[in-house]
Amino acid sequence: MAKIKQEIRALSGDEAVAYAVKQADVDVVAAYPITPQTIIVERFSEYVHNGEVDTEFVCVESEHSALSMSLTASATGARVFTASGSAGLALMHEILYVTSGCRAPVVMAITNRALSAPINIHCDHSDSMVERDAGWIQIYVENSQEAYDSILQAFRIAEHQDTLLPVMVMLDAFVLSHTLESVNVLPDNAVQRFVGMRNIPLIQGHQGKPVPFKLDPDNPITMGPLDLYDYYFEHKRQQEEAMEMAPRVISEVHDEYARLSGRNYGDGLIEPYRLDDADLAAVCLGSTAGTTKTVVDHLRKRGVKAGLLRLRTYRPYPTQEIRAALQNVKAVAVMDRSHSFGAHGGPVFHEIRHALYDATIQPHIVNYIYGLGGRDMPPTLIQEIYTSLQRIAKTDQVEKPVQFIGVRE
Amino acid sequence: MASQWKFTTKDLAEKPEILISGHRACAGCGPATVYRQVLKAVRGPTIATNATGCMEVVSTIYPYTAWSIPWIHTAFENVAANAAGIETALKALKKKGRLKQENVDVIAFAGDGGTYDIGIQALSGAAERGHNFLYVLYDNEAYMNTGIQRSGSTPHGAWTTTSPAGRVIPGKPEYKKPIADIMVAHAIPYVATASPAHWRDLMIKARKGIEANGPAFLQVIAPCPRGWRYDISRTIEIARLAVNTCVFPLWEAVDGEYVLSAASKVIALKPDRKIPVRDYLKAQGRFRHLFTPEFEHIIDEIQQIIDRRWKRLLKRCNM
Repeated sequence: MAKIKQEIRALSGDEAVAYAVKQADVDVVAAYPITPQTIIVERFSEYVHNGEVDTEFVCVESEHSALSMSLTASATGARVFTASGSAGLALMHEILYVTSGCRAPVVMAITNRALSAPINIHCDHSDSMVERDAGWIQIYVENSQEAYDSILQAFRIAEHQDTLLPVMVMLDAFVLSHTLESVNVLPDNAVQRFVGMRNIPLIQGHQGKPVPFKLDPDNPITMGPLDLYDYYFEHKRQQEEAMEMAPRVISEVHDEYARLSGRNYGDGLIEPYRLDDADLAAVCLGSTAGTTKTVVDHLRKRGVKAGLLRLRTYRPYPTQEIRAALQNVKAVAVMDRSHSFGAHGGPVFHEIRHALYDATIQPHIVNYIYGLGGRDMPPTLIQEIYTSLQRIAKTDQVEKPVQFIGVRE
Repeated sequence: MASQWKFTTKDLAEKPEILISGHRACAGCGPATVYRQVLKAVRGPTIATNATGCMEVVSTIYPYTAWSIPWIHTAFENVAANAAGIETALKALKKKGRLKQENVDVIAFAGDGGTYDIGIQALSGAAERGHNFLYVLYDNEAYMNTGIQRSGSTPHGAWTTTSPAGRVIPGKPEYKKPIADIMVAHAIPYVATASPAHWRDLMIKARKGIEANGPAFLQVIAPCPRGWRYDISRTIEIARLAVNTCVFPLWEAVDGEYVLSAASKVIALKPDRKIPVRDYLKAQGRFRHLFTPEFEHIIDEIQQIIDRRWKRLLKRCNM
């Protein structure tokens, strides 16, 4: 249990993020407004203009420059935060790869919003799902409390010398970004003790001696050089090694934070809910997990052995943990809030299938594409999914592996 | 201060090279000379950032580097944002007492593609926000790194691989964008043009840009023997001819006030020293197709536009 007295504040998801950044001794924030991320930058602007933080806050002219600035500020040794979503994240696409390739531990909040066209400002996961291969750690949160907690953890994860990878923390547009919740916040000094100062690791410099990994006139290094077929591949391999180290770091940081705050989210990678003896399991990310948990409780009362697996960390992908969590169920419904056109299913579906390929007994797996462009996902529809899982478990047959739910066909 | 430093050959000889030998620039590379001259003018600890382009490629092929100061490259269109990020981080770290140095200067380098075209948004944004750094545009008037394609800087009539000297369209139909005037219009403290043929003028301007309290923009004409089609021995000669024909006049704008620099002022005072544009075009293979009966009228057109721009500049300089 937590020993520290925490304060309960009424915060939206965006406000919870801004509050965490305020407490985390961030040196530079560079950001560009996009609905529904705007409250993050608005609140942070207030902290700056009221003298509550000594962060250098720069309102840039585009998301491309927001991340470009964040990257080089981080390379200069600063702790850096930015935030975006949807078209803004898409505009950052090029620099996402450069940031992870330069091993700049930038932390970014993403309010998950649909991509154009048609233009739509509401929630789905299309924006961040397409960036899952960009070399960033991805954490999807269920509620505003977790948004606050995860931003604080993200700085520790990103800046850890075994990872040195940028981290994006995803919160659902409007459902979380604009909805007030009671959020427990830690005292400033407890946050500062937890996040600490940014630690710059030593690397081998050009003359062979150890130098800090940053742009430092006393120890000059060249960053972002042309790197051809003779070394590029090794550098990409090193990024994968860092990703392989990341689950341990994420779990350690998560557990340390849990001891401090009294709050935990599974093991920091996945969060199984009533899954131990479940026959039927849904898999989802983000705020839908909250609704699904109430449906599971309801079904359990009726004697249905339903459970839920919420994926919290999506990159690195916790393959083993997912397999262990799901291999004893009879039927799995993967809920994708984005779609890969022409790919016969959403990205989460494909990767859950991949995780279960090596399971001794493979459960039936079906895919439901839901909630695109902010389409509501009420408990009744989630219940329908479990009903179809019951049918699959009973008949041992899958009629339609991929379906759209909550849409006019 | 710039005034205390004389930029004499003795001073220069004593100053260590920052872009050291061994880089892979072509023989006769204008940009490499420009870099060397700019970097001779630094005042102390400096961090450089570079847009994608020839100079990024030739100076840093991993595991080698020609840079003896900290340097970073991230992409093509964002070097001004990169400089802004470095400057902002330095400011934040200094405020928190975590910067070892009393002051660190920031220089951004980019070619014309990275400045006129794909990079102008980031440049305009950084200028508007007032970040304190020097932006050096090495202007070789086309995308040389990708194989001589036209840019917003390529002059009228010039051959490039995407503005070929065709039977119908002889070279680039459009005119060169007045980038330095655009930067003056941003109301930044210092904007100047320079030529490596006038090296002391270039260095003093680079130093003024570094010392300016806010964004500074230095446009340097940087002839490219490969793209402009001339012998590698003639780079500096052509950089001088650009000034003496008024194709590339030298001036500076301090807080928006235009002043002609010595090499161009001489021409303003003694107009008979102004060399015809024809001589400049004749020296370069990229204009060779204009010296045909069919297209010769384009040379007159170019002369007219150069004269008009020169006149406008003189007016701005109150001359």
